[in-house]
Amino acid sequence: MDEEVKLLGAWASSFSYRVVWALKLKGIKYDYEEEDLVNKSEALLRNNPIHKKIPVLVHAGKPVAESMVILEYIEEVWPQTPLLPQDPHQRALARFWIKFGEDKSAEFFKLFQTVGEEQERATEEARELLKILEARALEGRKFFNGHKIGLTDIAFGWIACWLDVLEEAVGVKLLDADSLPKLQAWIENFREDPVIKENLPNRDKLLAYYNYRREMFIEAATSRID
Amino acid sequence: MADDLILLNLWSSPFGMRVRIALAEKGLDYELIEEDLSNKSPLLLKMNPVRKQIPVLIHKGRPICESLIIVQYIDEVWRHKSPLLPSDPYARAKSRFWADYVDKNIYAIGKLVWGATGEIQEAAKKELIEWFKVLEGEVGDKPYFGGDSFGIVDVALIPFYSWFYAVETCGNFSIVAECPKLVSWAKRCMERESVSKSLPDQYKMYCFLLELKTKFQAQ
Repeated sequence: MDEEVKLLGAWASSFSYRVVWALKLKGIKYDYEEEDLVNKSEALLRNNPIHKKIPVLVHAGKPVAESMVILEYIEEVWPQTPLLPQDPHQRALARFWIKFGEDKSAEFFKLFQTVGEEQERATEEARELLKILEARALEGRKFFNGHKIGLTDIAFGWIACWLDVLEEAVGVKLLDADSLPKLQAWIENFREDPVIKENLPNRDKLLAYYNYRREMFIEAATSRID
Repeated sequence: MADDLILLNLWSSPFGMRVRIALAEKGLDYELIEEDLSNKSPLLLKMNPVRKQIPVLIHKGRPICESLIIVQYIDEVWRHKSPLLPSDPYARAKSRFWADYVDKNIYAIGKLVWGATGEIQEAAKKELIEWFKVLEGEVGDKPYFGGDSFGIVDVALIPFYSWFYAVETCGNFSIVAECPKLVSWAKRCMERESVSKSLPDQYKMYCFLLELKTKFQAQ
């Protein structure tokens, strides 16, 4: 448990931040290594040969890849500040929402990477996800997990910070605070948490990065159409 | 029913098969309800209102959805018999990683191999063989993915063995020629009653998938 913990991450990645949040919420000391995703390090390729992606957690020299797999691992090795409910049915429900989010989040990538009709379809799907979360996942609770942040909140953490940057870079409104008040309240509560607050990417930097990437995708998409 | 379990299922669904295998491994009694997905039952819509999909396990009236989540639930509640996840956290993480790998790749690509034609099918075939080779590399000469014990990765992947005949026939290739160790692993799993009783006959599956293929192409 006390052996060295290392996180290979990337400053702009919400997946990377999931692991940061879990480690910080549990008070686990770790070393952070920023990865250059254009020029992947030997350490990253060695520790995640299958997907070659961040985040990777290396604990006592042993690598764990895939953010949600890492989170379940952290939860099991460091049980303090539990992030999953004790009851198996509640745990299954938490995992259900996490998986649902993972499956549907592809639409957000799509709308970021495409133009025209394809983008419109992805935008509609993305809005659907948010509506479903509003209608069914929060159920009058402060957090998806209850009165404290849990794995589901961490999994959806990207909505609390990356989503509005995405909206600005693409020029599309996905989350209307008036029609999704519960989700809006969740975003505010999540961002106000003392640990989360101290561990969010710089918005201006993120927007500049997203603007740059969006331009690249538009160029690629429009050159395909031509 | 002694264990108060209902499974909403479809005989041809690899995801449903995962749950049936897990229930059988644990020796659990349950009521099996076959759903008609073109005419979903009120029970299914009530128990899985978000995704409206099978499988759904209903335990003491409460639903659990998503096949691998159901398998983990079964493993947690009936921990004492035939554990499907190891007890060591690092080994558990490895199991979850590989189960996730199967979940992300095999269904969508396999579907294109039996369901598509031409270039799309060819590309899917190449990709499927690649994924199978990675999986073959991972299981190697071990009896199962987790080592000596049958576990969640085996449960996640083995239902797709029922697709092998369809995939080989439609894709015009031989899986045993490409991935002999994977086929050995599959046959080993099939020696378990939990698996052989949960998987339909490969030819029956092939006929069913051909029907679906015709329907897709008509659309």
